[in-house]
Amino acid sequence: MPPALDKTLIVMPAFNEEESVRQVVLEVFAKLPGVAVLVVDDGSTDNTSSEALAAGALVAHLPVNLGVGGAMRLGFRYALKNGFDNVVQVDSDGQHDPANVVALVEQLDTADLVLGARFAGEGNYDARGPRRWAMIALSAFLSHTAHTRLTDTTSGFRASGPRAVRLFAEHYPAEYLGDTIESLVIAARSGCVITQIPVAMRPRAGGRPSQNPLKSAAYLGRAALALLFALARPPVPLHRGATVA
Amino acid sequence: MTLATYIFGVASAVLSLAVVIEMLRRRRLRERHAVWWLVAGTLALVIGVFPASLTWAAGLIGIAVPLNLVFFVSVAVLFLVCIQHSAELTLLEAKTRTLAETTALQEMRIDALEKLLTAATNQHRESN
Repeated sequence: MPPALDKTLIVMPAFNEEESVRQVVLEVFAKLPGVAVLVVDDGSTDNTSSEALAAGALVAHLPVNLGVGGAMRLGFRYALKNGFDNVVQVDSDGQHDPANVVALVEQLDTADLVLGARFAGEGNYDARGPRRWAMIALSAFLSHTAHTRLTDTTSGFRASGPRAVRLFAEHYPAEYLGDTIESLVIAARSGCVITQIPVAMRPRAGGRPSQNPLKSAAYLGRAALALLFALARPPVPLHRGATVA
Repeated sequence: MTLATYIFGVASAVLSLAVVIEMLRRRRLRERHAVWWLVAGTLALVIGVFPASLTWAAGLIGIAVPLNLVFFVSVAVLFLVCIQHSAELTLLEAKTRTLAETTALQEMRIDALEKLLTAATNQHRESN
């Protein structure tokens, strides 16, 4: 195991993912032997918890569904309490290739937050129509806020270094789109260094991203609103004493 | 104004104030949630007892029909109560979220401790 990975916690938010979670956890262990994996069962009503336990992951079971943001903050709090420096978020539906985790964590030497970006030249994920325009507009705004070029701001595949973990353990938003858009704004305005690396995304194990134009328009509106409110809120200071790894 | 309408106005104000105060007394309502209701009830009582005060207040800010002042103040009070409730709801959601996260973390610790305890107990039995 590369040295950085023994201080790294993989956090997997999972809501009713009994069909895929065991496979995904097993794949993480196969590609990153010995790494710590925390599956956050976000109030699932199926066997997500027992499937994850059977695969050998640590499992935290939330009594109610909090959404990805709530599940992730639990992950950050767990990491802080148990001496992990870095947190890598990996989806429990198999979209993210665990092999990329090493590359993400390597970037934490110089950055606080590393995004695995889908449109940065690798992989074959594509969104079309209004949803794609929304993503491009979001990226432009957020690149400006984060002082770096970000091409895929809604990516859930990201690594957080020690400063970001401390910040997110307190301030990770739970609202819709808060876990992606607002968390980026919070990190950027607190002075975190943000960067991205290209990763390939695989098709989801179950379900399809929606291409319905009405839903896309609603998504665009909610994303714009989330961004607006995120920018309007006062910035939170970084924890004193914490430094870039 | 007839005596009946006068009595009706005063009685309504007294009744609404009494409900709020009684609920406060029984701790069914916290002071911070009762403030706006107390303000509204007191205003209603003052206007009920001295109807001329309404006409005077309306004249003071140039409202031609005094009744419109009543409607305006009523809507304003309801608006403030609603906003206060939304803010409280947001706060409660944030607290629930923190509690849910904490229970999940504690459940993990308890599970780990139980495992250790079982292992220790078994070891102790074997050694005896």
